[in-house]
Amino acid sequence: MEMTSIEKLEAELTAKITAADTEAALEEVRVSALGKKGVISAQMKTLGKMSSEERKEMGPALNGLKNRIAEAIEGKKTALEEAALDARLASEKIDVTLPVRPEQQGTIHPVSQVTEEIVAIFSAMGFDVAEGPDIEDDFHNFTALNFPADHPAREMHDTFFFEPKEDGSRMLLRTHTSPVQIRTMKTQKPPIRIIIPGRTFRCDSDQTHTPMFHQVEGLVIDKQAHMGHLKGTLEAFVKTFFEIDDVKTRFRPHFFPFTEPSAEMDIGYERVGKEIRFGQGNDWMEILGCGMVHPNVLKNCGLDPDEYQGFAWGMGVDRLAMLKYGIPDLRDFFASDARWLKHYGFDPLDQPNLSTGLSR
Amino acid sequence: MKFTLSWLKEHLNTDAELEKIAEVMVEVGLEVEEIEDPADRLRDFTIGEVLHAEKHPDADKLKVCRVATKDGEKQIVCGAPNARAGIKIAYAPVGAYVPGIDVTLSKAKIRGVESFGMMCSARELEMGDDHDGIIEAPAEAEVGAPVAAILGANDPVIDFEVTPNRPDTNGVDGVARDLAAAGLGELITSSSVAVKGDGRCSQKISLDFAPDVKNACPAFAGRLVRGVKNGPSPEWLQKQLRAIGLRPINALVDITNYMSYDRARPLHVYDADKLKGVIRARLGEKGESFLALDGKEYDIDETMCVIADDSGAIGLGGVMGGETTGCTEETKNVFIECAYFDPLRTAKTGRKTGITSDARYRFERGVDPAFILPGIEMATQLVLDMCGGSASDIELVGEIPAPEKTVLFTPSEVKRLTGMDVQPEEVERILSALGFAISKSDPWKVAAPSWRPDIEGKADLVEEVARIVGFEHLPTATLPLHKAVETPKLTVGQDRRRLARRALAGRGMMEAVTWSFTHEDDAALFCDGENWLKANGLVLANPISSDLGAMRPSILPNLIRALQRNADRAQEGLALFEVAPIYAGDQPTEHINAATGVRHSATTRHWQGNVVIADVFAVKADALAALAAAGAPTGSLQTSADAPAHFHPGRSGVLRLGPKVLAHFGEIHPRVLKQMDIDGEVFGFEIFLDSIPEGKKKATKNRPGLDASELLPLTRDFAFVVDEDVAAETLVRAVRGADKKLITDVILFDVYQGKGVPEGKKSLAVEVTIQPQEKTLTDADIEKISERVVAQAQKSTGAALRV
Repeated sequence: MEMTSIEKLEAELTAKITAADTEAALEEVRVSALGKKGVISAQMKTLGKMSSEERKEMGPALNGLKNRIAEAIEGKKTALEEAALDARLASEKIDVTLPVRPEQQGTIHPVSQVTEEIVAIFSAMGFDVAEGPDIEDDFHNFTALNFPADHPAREMHDTFFFEPKEDGSRMLLRTHTSPVQIRTMKTQKPPIRIIIPGRTFRCDSDQTHTPMFHQVEGLVIDKQAHMGHLKGTLEAFVKTFFEIDDVKTRFRPHFFPFTEPSAEMDIGYERVGKEIRFGQGNDWMEILGCGMVHPNVLKNCGLDPDEYQGFAWGMGVDRLAMLKYGIPDLRDFFASDARWLKHYGFDPLDQPNLSTGLSR
Repeated sequence: MKFTLSWLKEHLNTDAELEKIAEVMVEVGLEVEEIEDPADRLRDFTIGEVLHAEKHPDADKLKVCRVATKDGEKQIVCGAPNARAGIKIAYAPVGAYVPGIDVTLSKAKIRGVESFGMMCSARELEMGDDHDGIIEAPAEAEVGAPVAAILGANDPVIDFEVTPNRPDTNGVDGVARDLAAAGLGELITSSSVAVKGDGRCSQKISLDFAPDVKNACPAFAGRLVRGVKNGPSPEWLQKQLRAIGLRPINALVDITNYMSYDRARPLHVYDADKLKGVIRARLGEKGESFLALDGKEYDIDETMCVIADDSGAIGLGGVMGGETTGCTEETKNVFIECAYFDPLRTAKTGRKTGITSDARYRFERGVDPAFILPGIEMATQLVLDMCGGSASDIELVGEIPAPEKTVLFTPSEVKRLTGMDVQPEEVERILSALGFAISKSDPWKVAAPSWRPDIEGKADLVEEVARIVGFEHLPTATLPLHKAVETPKLTVGQDRRRLARRALAGRGMMEAVTWSFTHEDDAALFCDGENWLKANGLVLANPISSDLGAMRPSILPNLIRALQRNADRAQEGLALFEVAPIYAGDQPTEHINAATGVRHSATTRHWQGNVVIADVFAVKADALAALAAAGAPTGSLQTSADAPAHFHPGRSGVLRLGPKVLAHFGEIHPRVLKQMDIDGEVFGFEIFLDSIPEGKKKATKNRPGLDASELLPLTRDFAFVVDEDVAAETLVRAVRGADKKLITDVILFDVYQGKGVPEGKKSLAVEVTIQPQEKTLTDADIEKISERVVAQAQKSTGAALRV
């Protein structure tokens, strides 16, 4: 073969490669040139029959041809693939503004959320969380808590009772979470540091009262705890809970059968339009009742009031939720209106804790 | 309890401003609820002088007056007969609000004559009942001066809450004593002076009680006053009573009201001429009745303390006097009663009869027994001063209770309980100022005053000292650290509830909080019926309404009703849940924590295909997710088809660990929904969180090492034909058990009945994942496993490989 015919062959093949407009056509060109029976392969076979001088000349020439053609085919192949992908992409357009599949957004009820907020705060102060039954007896709900025999709270007018049993006793729905104080003190040796969240019940139903509501009580019993500790603990609590550093507090003497001395705690606030703002203003709002555990209560639990002492307090969870989150009506808490649950509910990812702040 | 500032000053010599008085009241525990200064209400009214008055040209009874006012000379048309030139009057300008007639004045034309403002009567200014003419102010009053000051209507009224432990503050003297102790002034309460009688009281009194109920009325003092002339009480007294919202009646009645509010001492005054025979205090008799002063007839029973004469009951001791023996303007001779009635019995009688009175309010909280004789002396003097007459000696029957209440006390108790440093001298000063008698032995002997029934022990004395010192002086102390490292604060049960709650909300369900009560009919549908509720003590004796008559044995009925209420407001297709107690009985162990949810049937339309929100498998998934979150070993759970009767019998199940039931799930029984009047289908689950077994405490938090094989897992599909009532779970379990080591997963991916599968049979297809452990499996190895899978399936369910 002449060098000129190699050039001619290369020109022919290059023209074919250029002309191939599909991957199949290109493959055909590759087979016809580089396949076992292709023209370049056939030429390569002739090398064996050549003189060594001829071979010296034609060998590199043919190999060069083979490589250039293979390269050209590969280049063309890539170009064809790119073109094919471009064509496919051009046809694959969708409307990405279409909506995703609907998912329901779950919510946590404010009572649960606020209870967990309160638990987070008192946990950090070393309080355990205690609880007890909603259906109680007279001893745990009244007698042990130093309610006198004929206290009006023991009347059907104020307390829910069940039908009397054969022995004349009757169970009742606890009117506060205080029975758990009794249950704890009777079974656990001081030091005691607990909070008690739970459902409570009173025969009351109007604008601002519901027959069921939620309380959190606290109880500290040891040999030193005094009203100064009570004050320090509750002041720290309200500041942390309302997430405001300078909430003003005020303690006023009051009366409860189960504490002595007894007090109510007020916090300072100001009403701005419909909003209640804490940490400013000159008005006072009662927020909880508290006091030193009455010696009779300690005695009723088998504790010597000259050896042990401590304090207790009780507050309304629903009311705290209303105040913190500006929820207007208590009755809505228990109405299960989906619009309300959605509006005032919390994201389940918002697990109250002190490291991120109690709320978003 | 209300009183006026001037009334307080009868007992307390003080220069303190009203604001300071109110502040100190709050500090010592007398919680001020409202302060009303009538001067505020009368701000717009000033003194005017009528310069000229002439008859209205077109009306006989009207006069056209020219009046000098702070706004200059005004023409005012007035109908009062006493409107005349020269008098000083209460002028109300145009724009003023006149409280007594609830009108805001505007310029008026009365029968053609313009009138600019008004001259007011006492009633129009709410300063009395007089409406016969306009107020005539003293001649020396200056035009433009505020009416309130000139007419003495500038006496602020303070209203405060009397706590049940402080009956002594039902009298103004008690309030003054607290304020004096707190350093606000000097206590100047006048002491009662004995009135010398003119002879023995001819009205006989008898206490007719059995020995065990003597305490109903342990002491009764009485005295006659003859020749009285009853009529309106003096102006000062009427003014005080009116200011605190009481209507002056006549001198005798007003005196008893005055004693109630001035000294917390209720008394009763009888018209002595209407009494028949001996006055007897005794217990009532069944069938007796009594016409009270309020004009109503009350039934009496044998628990009540009655005052009676020969005509029968004429009073309920400590609660209310009778109509037939009451005083009128014609009364000539009176019998004054000053007695002590048992607080408990008085309270009970009050509640039974529904009578509320100032007397009941005081007796049921406890009046000062030592003030019986001083009280009757003081009342007698007031009667003599206002009505004249002459008094007999006092007749006292029974024994005046004098409970000896001495507390052994060391002043260091104040520091122990409050953390406040109060010097013993200050402790002594405060207690003495409050009426306690201290004998300074070691420990101190502190005797409580007779007006303080609440004092029992040391803690009470600490409170007395602390409240007078003021709680603002309490130190702010931090509780010492309990332990260096805190242990978990939630119990396992509490944490489970938290986790289940957040898992369910994370699945798109909304948490509700519903009543622990439910309608008895609803409750009966979700337990073994009404009798079961009654037998287990879950029916309330005094529900607030029949809707809330029983404790719920399940949360489902409350949530189902909530779904319907929402659907009625076009809130459809909801998923609600509640994590809260249910009640299996009235014992503490029968207070059960449940996590319960419901989904209302609905389809959400979507362009990629509609989404079904609620079906049996949605609520099964909910239940499994919440169980997993709460720590239940969901991989070991068995599912059985024996859910309780409130579920659809064919579309419900029970998730259990052997005999232990952890949850129910399924479609709510259509008949139950029909009885509750619920539209559509409802699917629900209820999880009994307390039944989840507690995991073993592990010695270490380290997890076992990860066993991740280098070898690739492979899958094989099998289709089995089984009887149609074979539970899929049984087949899957059998297949899984064919090689516990190598088979790591079994997915049931197809259930088929129809062409190609015989009648009464179904085809179940599973994908089995095989994970080689030590070496690559040969075809023969895999074949062996497959054979075992088929054999196991055949053995446990009678399954045949589908061909």
